[in-house]
Parts: sequence; C-alpha cells; structure tokens
Amino acid sequence: MSLVSRSLAVAVAVAALGLASFATQSQTLRVGLGEDPDVLDPTLARTFVGRIVFASLCDKLFDIDEKLAIVPQLATGYEWSADSKSLTIKLRNDVVFHDGEKLDAAAVKFNIERHKTMAGSNRSGELRPVASVDVVDPTTVKLNLSAPFTPLLAALADRAGMMVSPKAAKAEGVNFGAKPVCSGPFKFVERVAQDRIVLERHAAYWNKANVHFDKVVFTPIVDATVRLANLRSGQFDVIERVLPSDIEGLKKDKNLKVARITEIGYQGITINVGKSEQAQKNPLGKDAKVREAFELALDRAGIVQVVMDNEATVGNQWVAPNNAFYAKNVPVPKRDIARAKALLKEAGVPNPTFTLVTPTTSDAQRLGLVIQAMTREAGFNVKIQSTEFATSLNMADKGDFEAYVLAWSGRADPDGNLYSFDACKQPLNYAGYCVPEVDELLNASRSQRDPGERKKTFEQIASRVLKDRPIIYLYHRNWLWVHTAKLTGLRSIPDGLMRVTGLKMAAP
Amino acid sequence: MIEFLVKRIATILPTLAFVSMLIFGLQQLLPGDPAVILAGEERDPNVVAYLREKLHLDDALPVRYGYWIGGVLQGDLGESVRTQQPVLDLIVQKLPVTIQLAVMAMMIALLIGIPAGIASAVGRGTAWDVGANAFALWGLSTPNFWLGILMILLFSVQLGWLPASGYVSPFENLRENLAAMIMPAFVLGNAIAAVLMRHTRSAMLQVLNADYVRTARAKGLSERVVVLKHSLRNALTPIITLGALEFGTLLSGAVLTEQVFTIPGFGKLIVDSVFNRDYAVVQGVVLVTATAYIALNLLADIAYFAANPKLRA
Repeated sequence: MSLVSRSLAVAVAVAALGLASFATQSQTLRVGLGEDPDVLDPTLARTFVGRIVFASLCDKLFDIDEKLAIVPQLATGYEWSADSKSLTIKLRNDVVFHDGEKLDAAAVKFNIERHKTMAGSNRSGELRPVASVDVVDPTTVKLNLSAPFTPLLAALADRAGMMVSPKAAKAEGVNFGAKPVCSGPFKFVERVAQDRIVLERHAAYWNKANVHFDKVVFTPIVDATVRLANLRSGQFDVIERVLPSDIEGLKKDKNLKVARITEIGYQGITINVGKSEQAQKNPLGKDAKVREAFELALDRAGIVQVVMDNEATVGNQWVAPNNAFYAKNVPVPKRDIARAKALLKEAGVPNPTFTLVTPTTSDAQRLGLVIQAMTREAGFNVKIQSTEFATSLNMADKGDFEAYVLAWSGRADPDGNLYSFDACKQPLNYAGYCVPEVDELLNASRSQRDPGERKKTFEQIASRVLKDRPIIYLYHRNWLWVHTAKLTGLRSIPDGLMRVTGLKMAAP
Repeated sequence: MIEFLVKRIATILPTLAFVSMLIFGLQQLLPGDPAVILAGEERDPNVVAYLREKLHLDDALPVRYGYWIGGVLQGDLGESVRTQQPVLDLIVQKLPVTIQLAVMAMMIALLIGIPAGIASAVGRGTAWDVGANAFALWGLSTPNFWLGILMILLFSVQLGWLPASGYVSPFENLRENLAAMIMPAFVLGNAIAAVLMRHTRSAMLQVLNADYVRTARAKGLSERVVVLKHSLRNALTPIITLGALEFGTLLSGAVLTEQVFTIPGFGKLIVDSVFNRDYAVVQGVVLVTATAYIALNLLADIAYFAANPKLRA
C-alpha cells in the first residue's frame, strides 16, 4: 500500500470515526434548566423544574394536551360513578417499569397509598378525598372518594398520577429519590447535584416508537443569559425559561427557534385583607373601594409591554382569558384614573400609602416600579420593599405585609389556582380572605362534573372574589423554550413542561 | 519548629469548635422558616409540620447544635433536605472539582503574577512596569461575572474553540476536562494574579533596596542570582501568606465564576443551599471549607520556615 493510499485510508477511518461520534452525540438530547431540581421522588417532589425531569422519567395515569384536556397516558380510560364518589380507571397492559416489573392495578394501588401515607408526602393533600383504592382486576383500579372531587383527574395528570415501581420503592424506602424507578420513556442513570441529571432510553417503553433519543441530559444553569449563550454555542439543544427581553434578538437567529405557550399560572398582587391586624391598619387592606381604585389605576397592557416585553397575556382571573373556565362575566377592567380618584375620594383617602413587597428578581422589581409609577397618577403612594424570596414568604405567612407580588405556576384544573388561595384558612391564603358564601361555591365546584355547570359556579365565584380583590391578577406569562432549529416535535403544553416523546433531531 | 507546629495544631481544635458554633449560630439568624421554603409551592401544613420535626426546628438552639455536632463527630454531616443526598456525598462530589479549579487558577495566578511583579520591580519606571501595572489594574477592576460571559461569547459562541459549560471529570476525559476548566480558571486566576503582582512588586522593591542586595551586587554576582536567589527569596514571605489566603478563598468556592461556567463546585452548592435554607448542606460545606482554610494557614506557616532560614533559628 502506497503512502498516499495509506494516508487516504487513515483519513477515511478518522472521518468515519468522527461521523460515528457525531451520530452518537446527536442521539443525546441536552436540556438547559433554570435551576437544579429537588428530590426525584414524585411523592416528595416540590418544584416546577423537577416536573420537567419527571416528564421524561415518570409516566402518569393521565396527561394534559395542548388545550388542557385530560388525555390517557398509563390509563386507557376512566369512568365516574353516578354519585361521583368513585373513579374507575382502566390501565394499559403493556407497561413495565424501568426495573422490568409490570405496571398493574396493584402497583397503582401501592402508589396512591404511598402518595397518601408517606411521611413528608406533598401529594397527600391532592389525594385527600381518596378514601381507599380497590384492585378490580389486573388492569382496572377503583378510587373510592370520601366526597365528590372533580379536580382529582387533573391531580392524576400531575405528580399524584406518577407511578413508581413498588419493588424499588419498597427496597429503597426514603432514599428512593436518589435512584428513581418509574415507567417513563427514559430511565435514571446518574445525578450530580447542580451539574447534571442523566437519563437513558427505556428499551421496554410502551410508546418507544415515538422516542428518538438514546439519552437525555439535564443541566441546571441559573443565569438565563449564560443558559442562552450555552444554547448558542451548541452545548444545549433546548433550554427553558428564556428571558422575554432576549426573544427579539433570537428572531434574527435562523439556527434557533422559540416555542411559547401561555402558562396555566398567573402573576398577581396578593393583598393582606385579613391575614393579620396589619390588614386593618392600611387603607388597601381595609377598604375594597381603595383596592378597586388601585386596580383601575393599572394599565395591564402597559405592564405586560414594559415588564414582560409582551411575552405574556393580560388577565384578571386565576385562569387566562383563553381558558374554558374563564368567567366572561368579569372581563379585564380598563384603566380609569378619573374613576380611581373618585373612589379614593369616596373612601376618604385621596392619597393612600402602602408597601408593596416584591421578590428580588429583575422582572418583579420592574413590575414594582411600573405599578408605583402608574398608580401615582391616581394618588397612590406605593413604597417598594424588595425582599429575598424565603424571607418574603415568611412575611406573607405571618401576615407581615400589606401587598405582595407573588406568582403561581398553576395547575391544570382551575381549582388548583383558586381553592388554596381563596378558601378560608387554606395554606396559600396569604391574603387572609375568608367569606363563607365563597367557600360554599368553591366546595360546590369541586363536586360538579358537568363543565357547563362548573363554569357557572366559577362565574359566581368570580363576581364575588374579583370584587373583594384579595388578589389582583395581572397577567399570565408565556413559557418560553428556545431550541435548535434541528429539533422538531416540541409540543406547547400549557403546563410549560417538555414532553420528550415525539421530539426528533433532524439529520445534519 | 516542632514546638511551633505542636502549638499551632493545638490551637486548631478549639478554633474548629468555635467555627462550628459560629456556622450553626449565624445560620439561625437567616430570616424565613426553612420548613416553609422547603415545603415547596403547595406548602401543605402536614409537610411543614413533618419538616419541622425532621429538622428539629422546634427544639432549642443548643439541642439542635447537639444533634448536628454529634453527627459530625461520627462522620455524618446529615442529608440535603432538598435533594435527599447525604451532605458528605455532595462534598465528595464537589471537593475535587473545587480543588482542581483552585489549583489551576492559582497556577495561572502564580505564573502571571510573580514574574510580572518581579519584572515590574526590577524594571521600575520602564515599559515593563507600566505594562504590568496596567495589567494589575485591569485584573483588579474586571468583574469575574462580566469577564466570564465575554469569554463565553468569544471563545464558545463566536469562535467555537471551547465549551461554554459542561464539566467533565479528568479521569473520564482529560482533554475535555481541561477545555471546560481553562476559562473559569483564567477568570479566577486573572484577578488573583493582579493582587500577587502588586504585592510581589512592592515586596521586591523593598528588598532590592536593602544593603545585602547592594553587597551581593558589589561582590559581582550576576543580576539573575541577585534577583532570583537573594531578593525574591526574602520577598516571598508576604507573597506566601497572600497566596495561602487567596487559595483558601478559592477553596470556599468561586460563586459567580462557577455560576457562569456551570462548574459543579462548592460555590454553586453553598449559594443554592442558602437560598433554599438547606441548613445541613450549608453547615457541612462551610465546616469543610473552614477546616481547609485553617490547614492551608498551617501549611503557609510551614512554608515560611522553608523559605526564610532566619525563622529556623
């Protein structure tokens, strides 16, 4: 073999190796997260970012689609009893956990009971109405409820519906979250805290034809600018929670694509109307007229433009205006400074002063400043107190605030955005709002299965709660994912979580 | 020297005991209920109550300290409430990364700072001196965060030479490891080099004017021997002290640099843990860092003996 042909052979081999390594690399999906997830046990998990990882790791009984409809995942269907006090779920019979164990009705019973009884479970509240679980046959399970509870299906489309391997859960006990074993499209490989979570393809996945990657690697990068720089340099294929201010610049980049969907949560201002004595010491907490004047002084479209670079939908309720349960009888109020001034005059406080607590994030601080400037025109004197999140939460818990900028990531069922915040003595009712008639309506909505009937109840709730204004809802942010243009199949689901099934990387 | 060492080591134990109390006590001053923040978005009252009990939050401060220090003395630093990983495992994961970053940054700082300081002192008033001072001013006044992002934009996004993030263990792939570490090491080393340069320059200027240096020159010794053997050695004592302090600071984690380059070291761990009120992790990491800091100071003391014969007497 001559020197030339030998060199050619070497060059071809090197090129082949290079291509092979490229092919291997292209089968790994690299995801940039906004923070490091908490424990990877669906029963104990608490954070939004953890749910992004779970979407690849742990399948649920149900899922939600682009229109927020409940669709089967591990289940094939469900049926409510006539009195709405039991839910019968039919299961797929081709599901195996990552450890090879089969998912059946007994495994579902084990999981629901684990969610309900495990010490420190964050799911016990969501499943409180479930009194017992019956295994009807290997593919049928019946959940018996103490009282009708329509939001149960939505809970089963989130972490409460995630199924883990009973064998692994029993073996690992409280340490299960360090090596989670579920039945999702990818199985757990390793986790290095603050560095990476590595998952690899579950060969026996029931929907494996729709899985086009061998591995998924999640890397947390807190700073959004750095996260984006990593995407641009090719370190990531897709990143979450991009800054709205970066979107304009991304439009010019042909190598990247933006995916957006309106969140199911909201950004709002919680007002202390009865949490502590402080509520009666400031005009905003004491008088509903002052709260109405405050809301009328706000220009929501202007806020969305300045604070969110238009990457949000203006709203005035716990669900966005495009939600099927949005109460159309209470539309978004227009800014009306004259009316706001008149209301303040009626209330006898033409220049009310109060302190607005905001988190230290840049968008929350911007929001505080815009609100301060806008409401000044009506006569308000808003003082801004920028406070670190854990501290501000503690203040809210104790009722040591007058108004508080607080966002909620949202739940698929409106009940998840409403009950805990507005029903008497609920854990997230920082406003201290408590009206027995509202409680009655809220409880009624939980037992109604007919969407039309429920919608009417929500309209009744809206007409009362939005008049009392324990929370002034401002807007619903867009979930902003940015990915390489080669990545296709990214679905825009309103919960803001990326589904890996169906994602595909185009050939280079 | 042995007597000195015994005395120094004897002071370490009470110092560590005091440090452990300080770490524990100061952390309790942080506002906010850790159980509430750890209970996540839902803040289920049952979960909050469970966490309060698990973390002994309803016990008196000395009792809680007793639980913690009792575990520490048995080699159990507790577990992260957020991720449920044992704190010792987290430290074992992060410590090699932090040490590597600190060593690389220190090497860069020494390789730049000391020669620049010597050149600046020897060539006082020349272009070398002006150049070295300009470099020092740049190093001291450039924020790490900004320099890091600029380097990523240049070397990763524009030129594509180096990865923007993605730490790889040196045992897995040394080349990729060095590629991932060189930028953060330079960012950190750059700032320390500036400080070292300034100190080396002033120490050398003092020594170069000393009588024994004049004598050495009068004896006809070459300039290289006068500068490197007679002057630098005597000027080293304050530089060693400074180097040890800077190295100790590096070991406690370079928060911003680690955030920018996604280096999974102590800095990121400790900041995330403070914000999440993950007390066990903060206490464990700070205790290990404090121990390392004290050990480094001891090593610096030993290095004085090696560098300065006068101390051996």
